[in-house]
Amino acid sequence: MPTAIKPHRRRSQPVGMTYQFLPEVKKYTTKMAASGETMLKKPHVGKKRKPPTRYWEGTEENGKNDGKKQKEGDNNKQTPQQNKKRTKEGGKRGGAGEKILSGKSDPFPGSAPVPEEKLKKFKRGEKGELPPRPQYKLRDVVVRSEAASDLAQKQNARYDLMLPEDAGFLEGDEDEDTCTISQDDIADAVDITAGAKYFNLTLSQFGPYRLDYSKTGRHLLLGGRRGHVTCLDWQSKQLMCEMNVMETVNDVKWLHSEALFAVAQKKWLYIYDNKGIELHCIRKFNDVLRMQFLPYHFLLATASATGFLQYLDVSVGKEVVAICTKAGRLDVMAHNPHNAIIHLGHSNGTVTLWTPNQREPLVKMLCHQGGVRSVAVDKTGTYMVTSGMDKKLKVYDIRSYRPLQSYFLPAGASCLSLSQRGLLSAATGDIVQVYRDVWGTPVTKPYMAHRAKGSVWGVHFCPFEDVLGVGHGEGFTSMVVPGAGEPNFDGLDANPYRSAKQRQEWEVKALLEKIQPELIGLDPSQLSQVDHSTWEQRHEDRVQALGFDPLAKEKFTPRLKTKGRSSSGKVEKRKKQVAHEDQRDVIRQTVEDRMKIDKERKEKEKKEAAAAGQKSALDRFRK
Amino acid sequence: MCVKWTTVVPCCVFCLIQGGSDDERKHCKLLEAIKHCAPMTPSALIKTKKQLKNLQHNQSTLETPLTRKETERIQREVAFEKTSKEVSRWQSVVLQNQKAEQLVFPLNQEPSGPKRIEQVVAGWKAQTPLEQEIFSLLRMNKQPLHDPVLTPTEEASLRAMSLEEAKIRRAELQKARVLQSYYEAKAKRERKIKSKKYHRVQKKVMRKEYLKQFDEMVKTDPAAALEELKKMELSRMKERMSLKHQNSGKWAKSKAIMAKYDDGARKAMQKQLEVNKDLTLKLVIPADEDEEDEEESAETLPDFVNDAEHILDQVNPWMRGKLSTDPMVQEESNRLDPPVVRPRELGTPGEGRDDQEEDEEQMEETEEEALLRGFEERRKLQISDDNEEAVEISDDEEAVEISDDEAGLSKFTSLFHGLVNNHMEPPADQPKAGPGVGQGESPALLEEGLVRVRTLEDVELLSQDVSASDPAPLTTTQTPGTEETDTQSATQQADKKRKRKKMIDPNEVLTKEAKVIKMPLAPTAVEDVEGKEEQRVIIKEAFAGDDVISDFLKDKRKQEEAGRPKVIDLTLPGWGEWGGLGLQPSRSKRKRFRVKVAPPPPRQDQKLPNIIISEKRDSSIAAHQVCQLPFPFENPTQFERTIRSPVGRTWNTQNTVQKITAPKVVTQLGAIIEPIAREYLIKDNRQAVTGPSINLESDQGPQKKRRSQQKKKHKRKKN
Repeated sequence: MPTAIKPHRRRSQPVGMTYQFLPEVKKYTTKMAASGETMLKKPHVGKKRKPPTRYWEGTEENGKNDGKKQKEGDNNKQTPQQNKKRTKEGGKRGGAGEKILSGKSDPFPGSAPVPEEKLKKFKRGEKGELPPRPQYKLRDVVVRSEAASDLAQKQNARYDLMLPEDAGFLEGDEDEDTCTISQDDIADAVDITAGAKYFNLTLSQFGPYRLDYSKTGRHLLLGGRRGHVTCLDWQSKQLMCEMNVMETVNDVKWLHSEALFAVAQKKWLYIYDNKGIELHCIRKFNDVLRMQFLPYHFLLATASATGFLQYLDVSVGKEVVAICTKAGRLDVMAHNPHNAIIHLGHSNGTVTLWTPNQREPLVKMLCHQGGVRSVAVDKTGTYMVTSGMDKKLKVYDIRSYRPLQSYFLPAGASCLSLSQRGLLSAATGDIVQVYRDVWGTPVTKPYMAHRAKGSVWGVHFCPFEDVLGVGHGEGFTSMVVPGAGEPNFDGLDANPYRSAKQRQEWEVKALLEKIQPELIGLDPSQLSQVDHSTWEQRHEDRVQALGFDPLAKEKFTPRLKTKGRSSSGKVEKRKKQVAHEDQRDVIRQTVEDRMKIDKERKEKEKKEAAAAGQKSALDRFRK
Repeated sequence: MCVKWTTVVPCCVFCLIQGGSDDERKHCKLLEAIKHCAPMTPSALIKTKKQLKNLQHNQSTLETPLTRKETERIQREVAFEKTSKEVSRWQSVVLQNQKAEQLVFPLNQEPSGPKRIEQVVAGWKAQTPLEQEIFSLLRMNKQPLHDPVLTPTEEASLRAMSLEEAKIRRAELQKARVLQSYYEAKAKRERKIKSKKYHRVQKKVMRKEYLKQFDEMVKTDPAAALEELKKMELSRMKERMSLKHQNSGKWAKSKAIMAKYDDGARKAMQKQLEVNKDLTLKLVIPADEDEEDEEESAETLPDFVNDAEHILDQVNPWMRGKLSTDPMVQEESNRLDPPVVRPRELGTPGEGRDDQEEDEEQMEETEEEALLRGFEERRKLQISDDNEEAVEISDDEEAVEISDDEAGLSKFTSLFHGLVNNHMEPPADQPKAGPGVGQGESPALLEEGLVRVRTLEDVELLSQDVSASDPAPLTTTQTPGTEETDTQSATQQADKKRKRKKMIDPNEVLTKEAKVIKMPLAPTAVEDVEGKEEQRVIIKEAFAGDDVISDFLKDKRKQEEAGRPKVIDLTLPGWGEWGGLGLQPSRSKRKRFRVKVAPPPPRQDQKLPNIIISEKRDSSIAAHQVCQLPFPFENPTQFERTIRSPVGRTWNTQNTVQKITAPKVVTQLGAIIEPIAREYLIKDNRQAVTGPSINLESDQGPQKKRRSQQKKKHKRKKN
């Protein structure tokens, strides 16, 4: 069963694993990711990724494109002419008008061309028409902004060549499924550091484990059902803390950094630091079953057994909102990383989408005929994968809410997780399966499969690593899944190699850039749109927000007067007086308005009459 | 005039008085003169009189001067006009500054840092007479003044040559150079060959060739032939003077010794003598003179022979061809007269000779051939095999244009890639074919895409699925083709129904066909068949009560109802008609007082049966949104477009951010900013220079600039 693992991953830094094969294992062949290497056809995925383009290829491609265009036109003879034109243009761009004495003249005048595809990638919205010339101020503003956005787009496209890494996957030989390759084989085949990422933690005592990786992917948090909570730096296997909370643990979650984590225990929600010291016990959050952390909003969203969806602002420690979903026990939860919307799965087969700003679900989707068992959302916010009691696995496009694929899994998936690169892991019983490209081509076989020692309780892909963490009845398993993680990390956002100082700095910056919960919505770009609502609508909103109408007239309450002047008759009289007064005001106002209108009309008539008064000689013939 | 006259008269009188009696005569003369004058003066007199009268008649008084207020007003008006005229000259400058992206203060700042040479040079002028002289000389000769490298003509010529041409030219030059080196190398090598036989053979061959050519030349170019003849004559004369071919040399002596016993030696000697005879014999007829001297041949013939060299430059197409076939070089060689040595050519004699000679010749030729072949083979041994192959390939494609060659090359590489791919494909392809029918159909399934919805599904979908799963999991996937027509018709029917009822059919919800996934490992929990059946029963029981779909549809309907605006009924019973218990207001009245509301816009989830989208407005974000358009904008889309791309460092490169967020006004720290001076205006009118504009690198940039410059020009004209 010779296999070829094809690791198409190269990192500028030694992140994670690079699959270098030991010389004695001859049945494996390496095909390292070279720049120009043509990819093999993959058995599972129809899509063929192009090899990463280098900057020297970019221009060539351009040239090719030009050639194609010419062929489309008429003759191949035009090539030199076209070239000349291009060079001329280039000269213009570079400002060939001013001659440079010092130094050599530039053999390639002008800026280097940027490939179209990349420009497309960084395109932000459509260009509009320029306003007419007389409105020169508006025109100036528009022109300037267009130029700026053009520049930004071009520069971004130009700098994009820094990240040419591509994902590589396991590839089987003839008549061999990749899903039959065991983890041990992979661990044997790959180099030591990568092989060390496959490991098992035997923790059979405290029952099935939930897990969570920190945002940078360095730290692992494990929570056993029977109270065992531990966090560790999983790559160096350094234990940060370990404790037993002596209570049922429903879920565990890292907060914004690896310094804090939340544990949903039997009754309340607790927050610990990485030494295991209990910092908070939040009594407002009871019976929490599942938690999600929204990193850019510093919000911890919890779903409870009582049907409440609550948001906790971690930066200030206040509850933002508590929403009664009226949908029973909430034990299925996911969040959309694109727009920070919480997805809840319900026992009636529906999945609901929530923001902290609305008391009712934004969208309610009927996904399964049985209850929903698990939900996962793609990193780009495009796809949602659900699995239900009807043993089906469904893929939805959550921009249009349309089903894309539906699969029947023999035992149904209990836990789902999507990796940064779009691999889907589904746990059925004690088996963890990983699928590739579930939304594109219909999948009939898993990409990888692994049998855990106990029934699986939680799966989670590690960010920026080719690792899938599986929490099960007998402890924890870290699986190697080639092609799962994103090879390019943003050093200012989630840097796996950051130092303590960098972390502190990042924390401050992240807090400064915190997004307010009011900005959560289905469309994250809504903020850049003009509010089209009418004045009435806005007033209504204001009234609702304030709880009273600030423009409403105060109701007259007659003053209490002594000496029999506050008798009911008198009071009534006074009231009427005031009412009359008000009415008179209104009448006066209307009369004035009417008079004004009349006056205007009369003036207009007068003018017309005056205009008519200038009789011409021909007016006598007019009838 | 009148005054003048009056003054004259008393003077005369005075003269008269002074003159006394003795000047009587003079007096008379004067009177006469006056009388003479009299007919001339009356018109002037009358005129003056008239004027005097006029003065007397004109009695009107002078006008009173204007009041202070009025004069001041007039003065103000004039002053205003003047100053406004002066101030309006600033208008363009002010407008420019308003429009400018960036203003740098203090004005007229020179950019810090080192200047470029051309900037310095441009400002410099020739001052001393020597410098002026030099420059005038340079100018006269059209030599470059600023750019020290190229003259205008050179530049023009450079510009005239396109890239293609330059490439071709370079390739040519390269080839010529390489050829030269080849020839040199070859000549060196051949000079080193010590074998006399080889040289002899070579010479003979050359001679023959030469003769052939000469014959041709006689036909084509008699003048040149005549010259050749002269040369030959000269060589003959030299031969006669020397002692060559007289059997007096070392070789001849040895041969003479051997001649007794050796037939070959004898023959050789005879031949030598014959040659001598030929040479020394003076003949008038040029046709008879067929042999020539070695020395002469050594002069005329270059000491190398054309042959392909096997060092090859793959990239340069010019280097691929064999020398012999290159037309240009051939011409050259013809001029130089080096015949191509080829054994095949040697085998075709075309001379008018005796049969005997011919026979001899042929004999010898075979010998020569063998010899030459031997040499060639020896040489070839030195050259590696790869190169030889390359030569063969290149032989076919010689003398082709560069582009074609390149295309060919790319074609070849693509072919090669194709081959590689073919080699690599099978391992990737075969697993695809392996698993069976279900996978084979997958591309077809892909094409069907999103919209495939099965309408008529069994009521108990769940149970069916379960049953389908255990015996033949592929059945559902295998029948897309046959089912499709049915499903289409069914959907059409369903559409009709929908139109009729305008309600969602519960069967239409959740109808995406599921693909069965084969698992390599069966989960331990659900392994045994009995367990499955049991579970099926359990599931059936569990979902017997709740009909998920109909519940959902009910919910949806409710939401729709709630979203619909309500009809307001304002009928008051008893107004205008009898009221009381059991009496309903009349229908017409009810109709009249019912306020109908405009139907709401269609719901977002109108066409999605299994989705409920909330129609509530999310007002929380409205507080952060722009609700009033800022000044120059006229509609929201314009504004939205201008803020569509982010400005921050998170989304842009450092350089871009700096350019985009450049400040509107830049001031130098500690510098005194003085008001704009009049000189600036004058300068501005002359040069139209403002502060440095931030040049955003874009396609519109230069155009914009040009346009603004044009504007400035217009303004200047106006001013």
